[in-house]
Amino acid sequence: MPLVSFRDVRKTYRSLHGVDYPAVEHFSLEIEAGEFFCLLGPSGCGKTTILKLLAGFEVPTSGEVLMDGAPVTGASRDRGVVFQGDDSLFGWLTAIENVEFGPRMRGVPKAERRERARRYLQLVGLTGQEQKYPAELSGGMKQRIQIARALVNEPKMLLMDEPFAALDAQTRALMQLELANIWQTTRTTVLFITHDIDEAVTLGTRIGVMRAGPRSCVKGVVDVALDGARSRTDDAFLGYYKRVYEMIRDEVAASIARAG
Amino acid sequence: MRSHGLRGLWGAYGGYAIGFASLFVIWHLASVYLVSSVLFPPPTVVARKGIALLRNGVLLEHLGASIQRILAGFFAGSLLGIPIGLAMGSFRPLRRLLEPYTEFLRFIPSVAMITVAVIWFGIGEASKIFLIIYTTIFIVILNTAAGVSAIAPNKIRAAEALGATRAQIFLHVALPATVPYILTGMRLAMGNSFTTIVAAELIAANEGLGKMLWDGRMFMLVDDIFVSLVTLGLLGFAVDRMFRWSIYTFAGKYSPAT
Repeated sequence: MPLVSFRDVRKTYRSLHGVDYPAVEHFSLEIEAGEFFCLLGPSGCGKTTILKLLAGFEVPTSGEVLMDGAPVTGASRDRGVVFQGDDSLFGWLTAIENVEFGPRMRGVPKAERRERARRYLQLVGLTGQEQKYPAELSGGMKQRIQIARALVNEPKMLLMDEPFAALDAQTRALMQLELANIWQTTRTTVLFITHDIDEAVTLGTRIGVMRAGPRSCVKGVVDVALDGARSRTDDAFLGYYKRVYEMIRDEVAASIARAG
Repeated sequence: MRSHGLRGLWGAYGGYAIGFASLFVIWHLASVYLVSSVLFPPPTVVARKGIALLRNGVLLEHLGASIQRILAGFFAGSLLGIPIGLAMGSFRPLRRLLEPYTEFLRFIPSVAMITVAVIWFGIGEASKIFLIIYTTIFIVILNTAAGVSAIAPNKIRAAEALGATRAQIFLHVALPATVPYILTGMRLAMGNSFTTIVAAELIAANEGLGKMLWDGRMFMLVDDIFVSLVTLGLLGFAVDRMFRWSIYTFAGKYSPAT
C-alpha cells in the first residue's frame, strides 16, 4: 500500500464574485514510503493546492486524499510542513524554542525536548544560533529552523512548499545540497513542491510534472535513477533535465499565455 | 553596539536634554519679555510654586488622586478589553454580535458620558473609574481584535501541523502574536485617560489635577494652574515612555508578521 494516494481529486475555489475556479481536477498520484517526490509545475498550476490538501489545511471538493489508507481529515503531526516564506515561524521564540514547539505541545519534559531540538538544529547546521530570534537570522537560516522544527516531531512525511524559492541562488544551491544530505540521513518521505527543474532533478527520486492550470493534473512521472551526490554537469543529470524540460515546456508556455 | 560612559549617555539622551531645555527657555523668554503678565508666569515662578505645593502635600494629594483613578480604570478597562478583543478576533459570529456595541459606543466620547456617570455613580471615585474604563475598553478591544486578525495564517497552520490543539494555538500562538497590538491599544487608551480624568475632575471632584485647574480658575491662582499643567505633561510623558519602552522590548520579538 502506498503511503499517500490522491484518488481523482478535484479542488474548486470560489472567488469573492462567486465564480468557481477549478484549480485541480482528476488529480491522481501515489507516493511510496521513503520517496523524495518532487511535484513540478508552472506557476499557478495548483501545486500548492495539492500540498495543502495533503497537509489537511484544505478539503478536496471531490475525490480522496489518503495516508496509510485512511482519509486525511485535518492537520496532523504525521505530516510536517515547511512553508515557502518565514511567516510561519514564531517570532517571539528563539530558534531552539521554535524547534521545541511540537514536543512542548505534547508535554515532552523540558530537558528531553531541549536535547532533541539541539540534535536537529545540529542536523540542519544551526549549532551556535540556538538563542537567536528568527528576525536576527538570514533567510536560509530561517528555512533551516523550519526544517528542524518539522523533523524534530518525527513525522511520517515532510511536505515542503517551494522552501528555497525566496532564497538567493547561492544559498538555494547550498540548501539543496544540505537537504539532500539530511534526507540521506533521515530517509523521511518527502513531498517537495517546486517550479525549478534543476532543483527537482537535484533532489527527487521521482518527479511528477503537472499541467498548466486550471483543471491541472499530473502530466507524467519520471523516475530519477541517480544515487548519492548529484552533479549538474553529469550526462545522466542533464538527460533527466532534458526529459523533464520537454515535458514541462508546453505547460509553461500555456501558463504564460493564460497569465498574459 | 552598546555605548559606554558619559559620551554614550550624551549620545543617547543629549538631544532630549537640549529639546527639553529649549522648551523651558522659550517659555521663559515668552513670559518674561513677550507677554510679561501675571497671567503667564515664567517657569521659575511655576517651579517655585510647584516645590511649595509639593512641600505642603497639596500637589501630591491631587496627583495621587488622579493617578489612582487613572490606574484603577485603565487596568480594569484593559483586563476587560483584552479577553473581549481576543474573543472577537478569534470567533467571527461573536465579532458580528459585539461589533454593534463597540462601533456604536466608541463614537460617544467619554467626556460626553461625564454627566451620565455623575448621575449614576455620584461625584466620588466610582464615576471617575467608570469613565476611565469607558475610555480605555473600546480602544483596547479594537486593537486586540485587529491584532488577532493580523496573525499570518501560516503560523496557525504550522502549529496545527506540529500537533497543537486549538486551545494551545490560542494560548501559545494567537496570544503572543497579538501582544504588540494590545500594548499599542493600551498606550493610546492611556493618552485618552488623561483627557478624560481632567475633564471629569473639572466638572465634579473633590481633589485631582483637574480639580486643581478648576480651583485655580475660581480663585485666580494662575501659578497653581501652571503647576497642574506641567505635572500633567510630565506624568503623561513618563507613562508614555514606559509604554514605548515595553512595546519596543516586546515588538522586536512579538511581531505578528514575521
